[in-house]
Amino acid sequence: MKINVLAFGVTKEIFGSSTVSLELTNDATIYNLKYVLEQQYPRLKQLASYMVAVNNEYALPGDTIHERDEIAIIPPVSGG
Amino acid sequence: MSNTQIVLSKETLNIQSCIDWVMSPESGGIDVFIGTVRNATKGKSVLKLDFEAYEPMAISEMEKIAKQAFEKWPVQKVLIHHRTGLLQIGEVPVVIAVSAAHRDAAFDACRFIIDTLKQTVPIWKKEAFEDGEVWVAAHP
Repeated sequence: MKINVLAFGVTKEIFGSSTVSLELTNDATIYNLKYVLEQQYPRLKQLASYMVAVNNEYALPGDTIHERDEIAIIPPVSGG
Repeated sequence: MSNTQIVLSKETLNIQSCIDWVMSPESGGIDVFIGTVRNATKGKSVLKLDFEAYEPMAISEMEKIAKQAFEKWPVQKVLIHHRTGLLQIGEVPVVIAVSAAHRDAAFDACRFIIDTLKQTVPIWKKEAFEDGEVWVAAHP
């Protein structure tokens, strides 16, 4: 399946874009997504940490991704 | 929720209207936290800050924090306003206002809200220095 990934803050600079398109297997998990992204964008591994959000909620590594889910990479937050 | 007001804004925050919104005849006190843009980070001059938000998730995470504050303390109204965009030194990126019958609840809830916001709400700031720009907290 093809998914779009939203990027914010420093990840937007790492991706060179506010959204990137990826091809994942149909039962892919957050863990699989992070692996694919880190292969393509090794600078992700230099971040202090980063989370993945699915449909506006923080996701866990074992959560499954579905086609049409809204996926976003959440680098360390710094609001306030 | 009429006891909660959450706003992400590109415009200057109006502190007085934030305070007015949480005020009620039942309140015995209001606690307000006002974040301001500081002119330096670790001894280095900061020129300005640029705030970016993942807006729908930032709103829902701020709603969760407000809900938790109501569960933890007997507070009456909770307001969280946060800026996006470019802010100059001394400008206000965040206002949190909490009213309660008694001050302990208002103080504790206000502190909990700003501390949790800084940990969970998907908002990012980029600091601009004389010699470049840095996304705060991005790298170890």
